[in-house]
Amino acid sequence: MELMKTELIKTSSPKAGVVLIELNRPEKRNALNNATLKAIADTLQILDSDIEVKTVVITGNTQCFAAGADLNELAQLDVVSIQQDQRPLLWKRIDEFSKPLIMAVNGYAFGAGFELALHGDIVMTGDNAQFALPEIGLGMLPGAGGTQRLARLVGQQLCMRWAMTGEVISAQTALQHGITSQVCPADLTVQYAVELAAKIAKQAPLAIRVIKQSLKSIHEVSLSQGLKLERQHFVWLAATQDRQEGINAFLEKRKPEFKGA
Amino acid sequence: MDYQTIIVEEKNAVGYLTFNRPKQLNSFNESMHQEVSSVLKRWAKDAAIRAVVISAEGRGFCAGQDLNDRVVDPNADAPDLGLSIEKYYNPLIKLITEMPKPVICAVNGVAAGAGANIALACDIVVAAKSASFIQAFCRLGLVPDSGGTWFLPRLVGRAQAMGLAMLGDKISAERALQLGMIWQVVEDEQLKAEAEKMAEHLATQPTYGLSLIKKAIHAAADNNLDEQLILERDLQRLAGRSSDYREGVQAFMQKRTPQYKGC
Repeated sequence: MELMKTELIKTSSPKAGVVLIELNRPEKRNALNNATLKAIADTLQILDSDIEVKTVVITGNTQCFAAGADLNELAQLDVVSIQQDQRPLLWKRIDEFSKPLIMAVNGYAFGAGFELALHGDIVMTGDNAQFALPEIGLGMLPGAGGTQRLARLVGQQLCMRWAMTGEVISAQTALQHGITSQVCPADLTVQYAVELAAKIAKQAPLAIRVIKQSLKSIHEVSLSQGLKLERQHFVWLAATQDRQEGINAFLEKRKPEFKGA
Repeated sequence: MDYQTIIVEEKNAVGYLTFNRPKQLNSFNESMHQEVSSVLKRWAKDAAIRAVVISAEGRGFCAGQDLNDRVVDPNADAPDLGLSIEKYYNPLIKLITEMPKPVICAVNGVAAGAGANIALACDIVVAAKSASFIQAFCRLGLVPDSGGTWFLPRLVGRAQAMGLAMLGDKISAERALQLGMIWQVVEDEQLKAEAEKMAEHLATQPTYGLSLIKKAIHAAADNNLDEQLILERDLQRLAGRSSDYREGVQAFMQKRTPQYKGC
């Protein structure tokens, strides 16, 4: 795995097929400045084309996932320069990552940090996690999909309330409303996220790929179009060796060995 | 640091917080809330403090809210009693229940209203024989606060909790013990020594492990068995990584007394 050298994030491979990205600006509470966001996007792009990599976990540290955007950077932007800001492109590149992306969130996930978590296909949360969209307190609104992705997850009522007040959302509340799929003791969140990633990494990569595509399309297309798309993926998988292997292994009562072919 | 309403002492890894407004039966006013909370917050983070004892000066333990601090003019607008609860009592109860180390309460005399429920929020309650508990709220048309309606049914069952909260009778330390509300009753003159002995013992024990026990038992109140079994697995996983667990096993194998560091 050839990755760019940066202090902003740390990458490692704790299990076969799994890459762990740790945000590494603890002194700034992992505030997501452009350079960090770019490091994430660049890294994901490299990992996307690396066939050894099956799933990616992004985390901060046990006290903080990411406490928001970098306000010093934001403050310098006026209405003209903000139009040329590269940030929307960086977010888009993160959104386009084609493999399963798991967010392991401990501590603060505020503002852009929350929005980064919302980019995850699966979110795992420490019991100390706190989510919030505090942009309103700065006279702004969430600018990286916060209003859109959150409303689609939890509905308009709660999203309106949270975006208009900046209220803090506890891990338990996040679980209750589907922002996260599991609450773990904070010291175990990353371990459990990596274990989940490893479990997914063992699955048939092509099937995983189309599952992600199918699910990510639900907010783009109508149900009938979505069902058609799902059917196409279903048919397409029939041409893969992994599907044959999966069915054979099941009938022969053994574990399948998927090759991504 | 100088305190006006409490006495604070740190000795042998134990933090002693003593309510010190004996003339007012140690009832809470704003400055007492602020002082208590600043000390508890500090101890929660201080790894050198491995057990906490809460007790009181004089003949009473704590009479709850100092009513002189509240507007009781019958002709004035209705007071907002939710304010002081939101600002002071609720955070205080959370400080005690979320303290990652054992909190012992030594109840030396009458514990009334919020005073009773602050005691019940502690992990281990030792009471002097002459101490008593009163859920006085119902007599003023109020509701047991500071976690009272949460702790009582869990400690003594619904029937007894309802009786205590609706009748507001004073019950003796012995009765509280019978009901399972508290851990131990001792002779009045033994109270201080007993609490100190227990705290000093706990302060030599695996503090981190004890904090996980506390977390698990509190979580059990809301979890079903499946959830609790999963939590136990998680906490045991964490406990098994502590240096105290290693030390405990080694000491057992080597047939010696373990030396726990609390982490």
